[in-house]
Amino acid sequence: MSEFTRAEACAVAVAEVFRGDGEIMASSFGTVPAIGARLAKLSFEPDLMMTDGIAHLLADVQPVSGDTDPDPVIEGWMPFRRVFDTLWSGRRHVVMMASQIDRYGNHNFACIGDYAKPKAQLLGMRGAPGNTISHPTSYWVPSHGPKVFVEKVDVVSGVGYDRAAKLGASARFHEIRRVISNLGVFDFATPDHRMRLASLHPGVGLDEVVSNTGFELVIDADVPETPAPTQEQLRLIREVLDPQSLRDKEVKV
Amino acid sequence: MDKRTTTAAVVAELRDGMTLGIGGWGSRRKPMALVREILRSPLRDLTLVSYGGPDVGLLCAAGKLKKVVYGFVSLDSIPLEPHFRHARQTGGVEVVELDEGMLQWGLYAAGLRLPFLPTRAGLGTDVLEHNPFLKRVKSPYEDGEELVAMPALELDAAFIHMNRADVRGNGQFLGPDPYFDDLYCMAAKRRFMTCEKIVETPDLLKAGSTHTLLIHRALVDGVIETPNGAHFTECPPDYGRDESFQREYAVNARDPEGWAPFSKRYLELDSEAAYQEAVKAHGGKIG
Repeated sequence: MSEFTRAEACAVAVAEVFRGDGEIMASSFGTVPAIGARLAKLSFEPDLMMTDGIAHLLADVQPVSGDTDPDPVIEGWMPFRRVFDTLWSGRRHVVMMASQIDRYGNHNFACIGDYAKPKAQLLGMRGAPGNTISHPTSYWVPSHGPKVFVEKVDVVSGVGYDRAAKLGASARFHEIRRVISNLGVFDFATPDHRMRLASLHPGVGLDEVVSNTGFELVIDADVPETPAPTQEQLRLIREVLDPQSLRDKEVKV
Repeated sequence: MDKRTTTAAVVAELRDGMTLGIGGWGSRRKPMALVREILRSPLRDLTLVSYGGPDVGLLCAAGKLKKVVYGFVSLDSIPLEPHFRHARQTGGVEVVELDEGMLQWGLYAAGLRLPFLPTRAGLGTDVLEHNPFLKRVKSPYEDGEELVAMPALELDAAFIHMNRADVRGNGQFLGPDPYFDDLYCMAAKRRFMTCEKIVETPDLLKAGSTHTLLIHRALVDGVIETPNGAHFTECPPDYGRDESFQREYAVNARDPEGWAPFSKRYLELDSEAAYQEAVKAHGGKIG
């Protein structure tokens, strides 16, 4: 084992999706994204706004495990109706989890199988349609496999680039910034916005990504390695943000 | 005007096939006493509009619903609602699955007596594919942008649960989030509000600021005091979610053999008072 875990590399990769976002609301789903968003705020995006998961904007970063402040400083009110206002106005970047995602970033967490009588009803559409058409979206996949990275998603809950292209001006706020999995970082920096392998996490081979992806990724001749966490980032993750290592329950390497 | 009534009188007003909106969000501040009253009634073929939680699950399990209009159905601390999943996976209920914001927009349009409100939410997704009644509209201005015309979600009746209310129908939420309860009332022909406690009008502001007076009396036709009436969903600051009871509910909802005794113990009772007694006897233990 190297001096950092896969989960820690993933948290740093998630933090990087928020770089340059400034004074917007950062929303995250899943343990590693929760750590990543907080890490971004503590490291290089101090103006990010985050809620307590209820209806309050917190002035300071709270850990995802261990001792949380029982009486945190609340700097604002963000009930669901204002979440909708905020996201439709574009002042937000969300990291959602994906049950399925295709090469253009079409996303599904609504249900698996036939929509009329699904094999598995999952979350439903939730906020994915509004999020993806309104502001930057990134995705988190803790267990990269061919049933998640699929040729065609069963239901489109989040808009991908091919569908966005057909919408013209209505999709001008659409941006899928990155997909982070337990194996690597993916983006859409290709001429037709097909998914590209942007970097491999340390210790992951190219074959492992290819064999666990159900469609053909764009793979450059020279694929970089996902940057390793700095000592300061490791300290923040281990001592401040997640002292009880909840992250290892989500990514087991 | 004194608008006090009973859950039985409210449900007796409803008819088969009506469209009902239920306030709250997931497993949060749901008017469960009224939901339980529907379970005791012969009503059927209802269409339910909801940011869904156990209201949807229980009514699905009892065969009360023809259709559900929702953005999600969740128990929050338990992400997926077992009865609703079962209904979906067996094709047991028609659905209109929307983006969460579209649902808000539909209620708001109905409340403002508009045919629709425009939004980008839904464009490019299968929300439009699976709900062909949803139309697009083109901006009449220079931009000419194509948008979704989210139609008004008109309700025959709305149920909401507040922390406090007066007999005239002024309602107060004391928790962190109003959810969309005022919009449900605006969108409905008949509006019924349960509350933890009915207080004298001057006492409303002893509990919270003017900003907590979400519901004004012209939005309400009937008020019912139902202490612990949101159980097992949360109703802060009066009480949190009964997580132990919710786990018992969810475990048994996944198991037909478990559901019959659960239902007999908690649901096949002749009154809300009997339910509350059974919950007290439950005493926070699973089993």
